[in-house]
Amino acid sequence: MLKINNLHANVGDTPILKGLTLEVPAGEVHAIMGPNGAGKSTLAHVLGGKPGYDVTQGSVEFRGQDLFDLEPHERAATGLFLGFQYPVEIPGVSNVQFLREALNAQRKYRGEEALSGGEFLKLAKEKAGLLKMDMEMLKRQVNVGFSGGEKKRAEMVQMGILDPAFAVLDETDSGLDIDALRTVGEGINTIMRAPDKGVLLITHYQRLLDVVKPDKVSILADGRIVQTGGPELATRLEDEGYDAVMANA
Amino acid sequence: MPDSATLPTRRDEAWRYADIDAVAKIGVAAIGAWQDIDLPAGETRRETLIIGGDEPVARRIRVTLGEASRFEMFATNAGGDYTRLELEVTLGKGAHFEFGGVTIGGGDATREFVTTTIHAEPEATSNQTVRSVHWDTATGNFLGEIKVAKDAQQTDAAQDFKGLLLEAGASANAVPQLEIFADDVKCAHGATVGQLDESARYYMAARGLSPEMAKRLLVQAFIGDAFVALDDQAEHERLLEAALSALEEASL
Repeated sequence: MLKINNLHANVGDTPILKGLTLEVPAGEVHAIMGPNGAGKSTLAHVLGGKPGYDVTQGSVEFRGQDLFDLEPHERAATGLFLGFQYPVEIPGVSNVQFLREALNAQRKYRGEEALSGGEFLKLAKEKAGLLKMDMEMLKRQVNVGFSGGEKKRAEMVQMGILDPAFAVLDETDSGLDIDALRTVGEGINTIMRAPDKGVLLITHYQRLLDVVKPDKVSILADGRIVQTGGPELATRLEDEGYDAVMANA
Repeated sequence: MPDSATLPTRRDEAWRYADIDAVAKIGVAAIGAWQDIDLPAGETRRETLIIGGDEPVARRIRVTLGEASRFEMFATNAGGDYTRLELEVTLGKGAHFEFGGVTIGGGDATREFVTTTIHAEPEATSNQTVRSVHWDTATGNFLGEIKVAKDAQQTDAAQDFKGLLLEAGASANAVPQLEIFADDVKCAHGATVGQLDESARYYMAARGLSPEMAKRLLVQAFIGDAFVALDDQAEHERLLEAALSALEEASL
C-alpha cells in the first residue's frame, strides 16, 4: 500500500532522511520508533508534502501511484491521512465547516457525490461518539482553545470522518494523559484496523503500542530504518533503550 | 476639512492616503455632497453598503445620534478603482455606533474607510472593526478619529483593524487618532497586518482542501470579524459574498 524506496530528503539545506526504505502492506499497523532528531517527523511531513521539505532522491508509491506526482490535497483525497503532532488552530472556522468542506473536496476529487449538511452532521455525530467527543466541541473553531488532549482527540475524529485508506500518525500520543491515550488508541483500532487499511504510527512510547498493538516495529535512526521486528522490539526498546538495542542489532 | 468649493489634497489629514487623481475624477460637487442621517432619541437604524464597480467612489455620510439611539453601518468596499466611505458620527448621551467594514481587492486601487466619531455627551459607546484583504499592489486604509468632549464621561470607544496581505506588493494602513478631553473614558484601539498562515494552509491541504479553497476559507474567517455584530443573516451573507466574489476574480 505504501512503498518507500531509498528516500532522501532535506529540510532547508540539511539532509535529514538518508536512504529510508520501508513497505507497509494493507492490513498492517507499522510503528516507527526512534531517538530525537532521527527524522520521524520529517518522514511524516515529506509524505504529507509540507513546503520546505525537499525530496532529493528515492521514491514513494502510494496505492500504485507516485506520491510525489500529487499535490498535498490530492494525496489526502487519494486516501492518505496525516495526523499532526501539533494540530494547527484555525480561528474563525468551525470544525463542522472545515471537515464538511474537506470531506466534500475529497469526494469531488474522487468523483463522488457531495454530502448534504444533514448527512454530514449524522456522520460527524457517529464518529465523535466513537471518540467520546460531544458535538458541541465540533461546533467550536478548529483546535482554538483546545487542550493538548482535545486536539489529539479532534485529530482522531477528523480521521474517523474522512475515513482514509492509510494514516500516518505523527506522535499522536504526545501530551496525552492515560485516559486520553486509551481513547485515542482505541480510536485508531476502530477506524483503521481493517484488511484494506494501513497505519504508520510514529511514537516515542510503548504506552500507545500496548493499546494499538502494531504488527511490526521499525527503528528509525539518522534518517534510515536500522532495524525491523515484531511488537517485542518495542518492549525491548522500552527496557533497554535505543543505544543498547541498536548496538546488538 | 476642505470647503465644498475646492478638492481635498493629501495635506488634509483625512485624505493623506487618497488617490488624488481619482478624487479629481469624482469632482468637487460629488466630493462635497454629504448624506445626512439624524436619528431621534431611542431609535435604531442599520445601513449596509456594498461598493463595487469600476468607477471611483466617495460616499460621505454624516450621522447625528440622539439620546440612547443606535446606528449600525456595515460595508464591503470592493470597488475596482479608488473607493472611499467616510462617516462622521456624533453621539448623544448613551447612544451606540457600530461599524464593521471590509476592504478587499487587487489591482493598484486604494480602498478606504475614514471615520470621525465624536462622543459629544456622556455614556455613549462606539465599536469599529475593519478588515482589509489585498493583493497585487492594492492598498487598504482605515483612518479612524475619535474625539471625546470634555463632558462625555464614561465614554467607551473601541477600534480594531487587521490587514491581510496576500501578495508582497499590497499594503494596509491604519491611522487611529484619539482626541480626549474627558477623564473617565475607555478608548481601545489595535492594529495588526499579516499574511496568510502557511501552517494553516498546509494543515488544510492535508485534509483535502486545495490551495484556493483553503485561501477562501481563511479569508472568510478573517473578514468575518467585521460582520459579527450584523445579526441579519441575509445581509450578513450578502456582504460576505460580495467580498468573497472579489477574491474569486483574483488570479492568485
